[in-house]
Amino acid sequence: MKIILYIIQKEFKQIFRNKGMLPIIFVLPLLQLIILSNAATFEVKNIKFGYIDSDHTSTSRALIEKFNASTYFEVSTDFPSEQLASAAMLKGEVDVLLEIPNYFERDLQKEKHNNLGITINAIDGAAAGVENVYVTQIVQRFNKNLKVDLFQVSDKQIQPINIETVPLFWYNETLNYKTFMVPGILVLLVTMITLFLSGMNIVREKEIGTLEQINVTPIRKSQFIIGKLFPFWVIGMGILTVGLIIARVIFNVPIVGSLPLMYLYTSIYILVILGIGLFISNFTDTQQQAMFIAWFFTVIFILMSGLFTPIESMPEWAQILTEFNPIKYFVEVMRMVMLKGSGFMDILPQLSKTILYAFIMNGLAIWSYKKTN
Amino acid sequence: MKRFIGFIKKEFYHIFRDRRSLFILFGMPIAQILLFGFAITNEINNVDIAILDHSKDATTEEIINKISASKYFSVNQFIEKESDIETIFKKGKVKAVLNFEKDFSKNLIKDHNATLQIITDATDPNTANTISNFVNAILTQYQKELNKDITIEYQIVPRTRMVYNPELKSVYMFVPGVMTIILMLVSAMMTSISITREKELGTMEILLVSPLKPLQVIIGKVFPYIFLSIINALVIIVLSIFIFKMPVQGSLVLLGLESILFIISALALGILISTISATQQTAMMISLMGLMLPVILLSGFIFPISSMPIPLQVISNIIPAKWFIIIIKGIMLKGVGLQYVWKETLILFGMTVFFIGLSVKKYKIRLE
Repeated sequence: MKIILYIIQKEFKQIFRNKGMLPIIFVLPLLQLIILSNAATFEVKNIKFGYIDSDHTSTSRALIEKFNASTYFEVSTDFPSEQLASAAMLKGEVDVLLEIPNYFERDLQKEKHNNLGITINAIDGAAAGVENVYVTQIVQRFNKNLKVDLFQVSDKQIQPINIETVPLFWYNETLNYKTFMVPGILVLLVTMITLFLSGMNIVREKEIGTLEQINVTPIRKSQFIIGKLFPFWVIGMGILTVGLIIARVIFNVPIVGSLPLMYLYTSIYILVILGIGLFISNFTDTQQQAMFIAWFFTVIFILMSGLFTPIESMPEWAQILTEFNPIKYFVEVMRMVMLKGSGFMDILPQLSKTILYAFIMNGLAIWSYKKTN
Repeated sequence: MKRFIGFIKKEFYHIFRDRRSLFILFGMPIAQILLFGFAITNEINNVDIAILDHSKDATTEEIINKISASKYFSVNQFIEKESDIETIFKKGKVKAVLNFEKDFSKNLIKDHNATLQIITDATDPNTANTISNFVNAILTQYQKELNKDITIEYQIVPRTRMVYNPELKSVYMFVPGVMTIILMLVSAMMTSISITREKELGTMEILLVSPLKPLQVIIGKVFPYIFLSIINALVIIVLSIFIFKMPVQGSLVLLGLESILFIISALALGILISTISATQQTAMMISLMGLMLPVILLSGFIFPISSMPIPLQVISNIIPAKWFIIIIKGIMLKGVGLQYVWKETLILFGMTVFFIGLSVKKYKIRLE
């Protein structure tokens, strides 16, 4: 026990002695949490809108006015010709383009039906879909008033059948992205810090040559590893705590569920990550190799965690792969407990898988650490 | 000049001697682009939903059939009472519940109006919103069928044309992004330790007493990596064209040149990190912790920049990846030439010069 304490003391001293690292460990993650959480939004707004009005009548102007009045569309550009409009589209200055043809009003009056050209830049397919919904909604609303307001025809039609839908958004009525993203980004930061630090740790001693000195001491494998990992475990828990305070105070994220449950889960989760870090450390010769591998897995873990894009949309084989992704479980648990107030029984599947994972990774790490060459 | 060539040779030896790193360097980007190209999508498919049907009549049954027939939803279970909603949401699998009011058909016939609640688990706002939009679209279609005998006068029908990506494939959005992230991080990470490593291993002294000038040392360090990264970029571009069927509407040569420019700017950024950090560990942490999330989040790879708050839109301008993503999307999908992306190119070029200049300035020619 005493030996472990000494190793822990040594590790902490080394961490705090490296002045260049301190801000990277303690300030950078929290700064990123504060700044980047604002960036992660799928909301589509400030759409760059433009139009070509070849009709110049009160109907066409009224329609354009409706688009300008919508809060989703940014102040619009009036293009005198199609060439100019498509050039602007190529340059990326316009994403939604409305084309009102010649004799638009006249044909509408005569045929009681008319088409409208809409061109949407669809490189971001999801955003294009949403933009299309906005456009359709505006035109539909315009249609409703068209008869009465513009053509002064009285409305005496048979009432069509109408199914009214009432959307209810539970747990997040205003569809605030920050409540969704802050817990997730916090998870990433805790993971990245603990994985990178532990992944580089032992290999650094190897590279500098001090590992041999430790190997000739009577310190046992398990003591050495526990002593090495404990400081990072503490750092991870510390970042979680400060991150939760930031989430609550700055972002107003509700913390509905039980805090002890979150800490219980995190304490086991960090063990998984540290195990992975150590395992990488044992199998590499230089810090560069260790970091490449750590980076490889982090990018995969992050992008396949369901944090930014939903897991259900992935193909079947990819969904199976995500079962091996610890970040996925952490993101799920944080969101469930923080936002929905899920209890112990609700997160039991994730918790038990994480415990199993922790045993396997740390077992492998201890097994693969060799004191002799 | 001969001395300089000798130095570059030394760097190449260093890189080729470490077989394991080389393997990682080329293997990983390929594995990643294949994995992500197939797996990452924000299209919504097969979302599990539950039904709470208070009327259980012909109309509700028809609507439920229409919903479960669509590829977006799979009806996971039927529940009987309101209080069950909370329980299934907490388990986390079901994302939405459709709640049909009592006497749905009867109301529809009598008042021409009936109500359906779409209750979504909005902890994920994007999925919640999309689910609600999709259900609405299915219902609008159904209403049209019901109302087909009534002609509605004075209708303007929008004819929407989706340009550059008519099938709304999310691959078109994500492949350029994944490509950028891989090139950026691999390049920056590789070079970020190149100078600190010499410091840490003690070989820096030898470099300092040699007659090489700082600029020569820095360019010599970057040079071999340019070569490696170009191979990487080529592999990625070939994969995205042949496996993900990304079109290259514009000039392939321009795409290549722009990629080289971007690689050099990322490498230069790595060198800069390396000159300002004392240990390899610090350099690695800066290039990983400092670059990974900002590049993923602020480059427009996943989240649209135009929807971000203004201060973040301003910050996003200093991310080289943002400009590169605009350029490759322009060349590959829109088919534009240099006359449309010269501004972005110039910005990337300016950043590169800035990074190299600053590195030369920060490169210490004396030992502490």
